[in-house]
Amino acid sequence: MASYSTNEFRGGLKVLLDGDPCIILENEFVKPGKGQAFNRVKLRNLMTNRQWERTFKSGESLEAADVIDQEMEYLYTDGEFWHFMKTDGSFEQFPADAKAVGDALKWLKEQDVYTVTLYNGAPLTVTPPNFVELEVVDTDPGMKGDTAQGGTKPATLSTGAVVNVPLFITIGEVLKVDTRSGEYVSRVKSS
Amino acid sequence: MTDSVQWQPSASLAALKSRAQQLAWVRGFFAQRDVMEVETPVLGQHGVTDVNIDSISANPAPVGPGAAGGWLQTSPEYHMKRLLAAGSGPIYQVARVFRDGEFGRRHNPEFSLLEWYRPGFTDTDLMAEVSDLVCGWLGCEPPITMRYRDAFLRFAGVDPFLASDSQLLKCCQQWMQPAQLQVCTRGDCLDLLMSGAVEPALAEVGPVFITGYPESQAALARVSERDGLRQAHRFELYVEGVELCNGYWELTDPDEQKRRFAADNRARRSAGKPEMPADQAFLASLEAGMPDCSGVALGLDRLLMLKLELDNLSGVIAFPADRS
Repeated sequence: MASYSTNEFRGGLKVLLDGDPCIILENEFVKPGKGQAFNRVKLRNLMTNRQWERTFKSGESLEAADVIDQEMEYLYTDGEFWHFMKTDGSFEQFPADAKAVGDALKWLKEQDVYTVTLYNGAPLTVTPPNFVELEVVDTDPGMKGDTAQGGTKPATLSTGAVVNVPLFITIGEVLKVDTRSGEYVSRVKSS
Repeated sequence: MTDSVQWQPSASLAALKSRAQQLAWVRGFFAQRDVMEVETPVLGQHGVTDVNIDSISANPAPVGPGAAGGWLQTSPEYHMKRLLAAGSGPIYQVARVFRDGEFGRRHNPEFSLLEWYRPGFTDTDLMAEVSDLVCGWLGCEPPITMRYRDAFLRFAGVDPFLASDSQLLKCCQQWMQPAQLQVCTRGDCLDLLMSGAVEPALAEVGPVFITGYPESQAALARVSERDGLRQAHRFELYVEGVELCNGYWELTDPDEQKRRFAADNRARRSAGKPEMPADQAFLASLEAGMPDCSGVALGLDRLLMLKLELDNLSGVIAFPADRS
């Protein structure tokens, strides 16, 4: 496997540290006067999600982690695993466990496409697209008209996610939701 | 692809205007004090021997026998000292200098260095002048002075002169793993503690001169014994934790200078870096007699960064290395 020297460190780079795959978040070059240069690096451990701060002598290197992001279609769950399939026509399937699916669970809709991060060929994390479109399956009765007021109410979506929506939203409508903030964006015109 | 090409300057036009004002102000400062502005080569025949400073090599066509090769200068020091030996009197220069591999919030591989020399000044005399210049421009309070040793005792909890190597290594464990520390020298440990513990704490104490560096960090400063310890007459100024300048009561002894060049190259060898031949013209000027003087180099980009209350050099340099 390739390795990266400190001068190649940049946000987003995936490296192995203490045997775990990590993503580099920040890399700061520090050098006192005529002294030795160091890189103060913030990393997130992709296994534990914990943030690490480490210092390296400039010129040190870290092994690259075999971590790749793949677009995959969500197929189904058997209760233990959530099954995803590559969208490249290979029909290759990957089972992701609950830890890998994590918070993406509440946005999983069959046949939608997600980013599955593979570590040494196995799903490590599942990331939903920034925006998903989901149907409202439960909410209080709609209130027509007064859209300017800006009041909200909770609505349950088909995946089980609960989001705050404007008062005029009714059951059966399809909503666009920002998965990063978990916030309602807009109604989707029914096709 | 063309969408992602950043052709615009990273610094605002207002910052660039301040940059021009700063330069005019600096020139006015030295004109008032009868210090002569000089210009020396950006591309020289020799690079620097310092183990922690990497010169960028250039390959100009030879201009004559024995004058092949070239290096972008990391500081105008050797050339300016040759002018002093030739009898220039007090001189200053706004120099463009280059240090390979240095890039970050407070580093750019090419930067503007204000360097000046004062025959007859001690390090203390020159610190007073640095204070006049920096505080005159920034409007800050005059710096306090703190010994390198006291700064370490206070902020890193260790004596940089008397602690054993293993005590220093232990202090460094907060930042580095045992395997990493195995390849660290005593000097590396001191530098790690300086950047990890001392510098961040200096941000809280206001402008401060650090003086009395260990002999191993004397660079081109003379060394004398104080409090039973060999200390270099070297000073650095920190403003808001930003290292702004590095000055010496200059070494004038050619034999000691040769020994330091040789020691630098030994350090380069053991660090796996190429040796840099000693600049014979500079050594010859010391032989001829450089006047007793103090000299200092000050980062103008960082000075402007402080003036404009920015925290990244990209705000004061039109085109930093990543968009040059």
